[in-house]
Amino acid sequence: MFRHHPQEKEYGISSEGSAGEGAVVRLSGRLTLRSLEPFGHESSALLDALGPSSVTLDLSGMSSIDSAGALALLRLKAMAGERGIPLAISGDGGQAGRLLALVGERTGRASEPPQLAEASGFFEELGEKTVSLLREVGDELTFQGELLKATARSCLAPRAVRWADVLFYMRRAGVDGFPIVSLISFLLGLIITFMSSLQLRQFGANLYVADLVAISIVRELGPIMTAILVAGRSGSAFAAEIGTMQVNEEVDALVTMGFDPMTFLSVPKLLAMLAVTPILTVFADLHGILGGLVVGVAGLDLTARAYLAETHAALTAPAILASLVKAEVFAVLIATVGCQRGFRVRGGADAVGAAATSAVVTSIFLIIIADSAFALVQQYLGI
Amino acid sequence: MNLAPPAPGTPVIEVDGLTAGYGDRILFRDVSFRVLAGEVFVILGGSGCGKSTLLKLLIGLLRPHSGSIRVLGHDIVSGDEKGMRAVRSRIGVLFQAGGLLNSMTVGENVALPLAEHTHLSPAAIGELVRMKLALVDLSHAPGLLPSEISGGMKKRAGLARALALDPHLLFLDEPSAGLDPVTSIELDLLIRSLNEGTGSTMVLVTHELDSIFRIAHRVIFLDREARGIIAEGDPRELRDRSADPRVSDFLNRRAPSRNG
Repeated sequence: MFRHHPQEKEYGISSEGSAGEGAVVRLSGRLTLRSLEPFGHESSALLDALGPSSVTLDLSGMSSIDSAGALALLRLKAMAGERGIPLAISGDGGQAGRLLALVGERTGRASEPPQLAEASGFFEELGEKTVSLLREVGDELTFQGELLKATARSCLAPRAVRWADVLFYMRRAGVDGFPIVSLISFLLGLIITFMSSLQLRQFGANLYVADLVAISIVRELGPIMTAILVAGRSGSAFAAEIGTMQVNEEVDALVTMGFDPMTFLSVPKLLAMLAVTPILTVFADLHGILGGLVVGVAGLDLTARAYLAETHAALTAPAILASLVKAEVFAVLIATVGCQRGFRVRGGADAVGAAATSAVVTSIFLIIIADSAFALVQQYLGI
Repeated sequence: MNLAPPAPGTPVIEVDGLTAGYGDRILFRDVSFRVLAGEVFVILGGSGCGKSTLLKLLIGLLRPHSGSIRVLGHDIVSGDEKGMRAVRSRIGVLFQAGGLLNSMTVGENVALPLAEHTHLSPAAIGELVRMKLALVDLSHAPGLLPSEISGGMKKRAGLARALALDPHLLFLDEPSAGLDPVTSIELDLLIRSLNEGTGSTMVLVTHELDSIFRIAHRVIFLDREARGIIAEGDPRELRDRSADPRVSDFLNRRAPSRNG
């Protein structure tokens, strides 16, 4: 068997004739991919050295060529043409000739590759980006409206809702998410208490740590941490699931079978989110307060009873209610963004990944915006 | 690509006593056959008989329960990874749906094996990619993403990528399934002219009868019930002379006049 050696030359090239005359160039051996570049250099140098009036390329000595070899021969022919030297090919009855004919015919038929569009300027790009951003916001709002409409319709006709799916997603987002939400909130309560106690202790105001933890956890951190965790766990899963269904034409199949994909796929997810996000938020609040209690009792010499009594006094019913309303708004944001990113998937696997990422980033962004709006409103209402 | 092509007529695939399946479900038992250099070889059979599984075994994506498979002289069942790499650089595979990487353009997909297995300059690779795409009539598409082209174009792009290194052995899984008749005929003609032009061996899995009669030199016929090969030979001869009703029924299901 042929022993491969990178420098070993697999073809032979010899010539007859001199300047101004018709020359014969004889090729032998094999001409393949690895000879593409050496052959190009050698044959061009040979043409320069010979300076013939015409060339006959004799392939009868060639054992075989591959398509790269055919390309090399076509290049030689084109090169001769550029220099005004007619080039004829002889001895092309064998495999080399057949392949040369095939490649020549196909590449000859090919049109020039399309030119790439010119790079656009700064302002054009800025304009395009702005328009696409606005369109995205529009799409998101439209989708949100449609989903809420479909949900309202489903609530009027509860039989149309796939309750098994609702329970499934409630378990996925709620029960499965419970440990991480609790743990994070507990640690958060722990940290806040610890950090604030360092300051409050200086004024002998240890007991007020309980107020601080209760208000900050229930009003802000509980709902927002829960929402961020749910967005990361479930929002991305919704986008990936619907996106994969989109890629596999499952969504199209649903449409052709007469299902409304919105009702079939999104409504159960939204209902599940509406059910579990407030519950998770309550648990997050409780665990946050528990974290504060642990540090309060262990590190600040407070009694559990005093801590809880202070917490109780600090919290008002409207504040707790506002926290739950926030959780519901976040639930709507997470479910709609997740589903919308999923439905928007076109193409393949990478688009699914991009949709999942975008679902998380966009929901977290919107959650923060909504939270800021809530803070303003609560400020004015004095809740 | 770095080694001389196998001499015509010598076996490039040797399968002996092959038994394979999924878990307890045996698809075929004790199957043996040879594929010779330079031929267009078709694995044929009804749905569920294990055609695609056999192809995956031949390209080393699945492992058999028992038996040996030698591809281009290398034992791919018990051989080492180094030999397997050498085999992989000399075979090309066209997957059923093209198997293109979705994140890359058609041109980048075709350039991928060239950039990986050769030391050519980017300009030379670009030129080769244009040539390969011209071979499959996709000269207009190098900058398009797989999601922007049709199923038939994906298949042709997959073929261009499979051809990138001028493989000695080309495996094609259902090349003409799902294509319109004209595209399908064109693809058959291209496969035949590549086989004649490059002398490379083609192993096809298909049940497109028209296509088989147009291009196949030899077929093996797998049967689900028999769990093995029930016929082997020239497809036209099998169609006209096979005494086995399973084979003649299958091959004659369409009116012979349509085979043109």
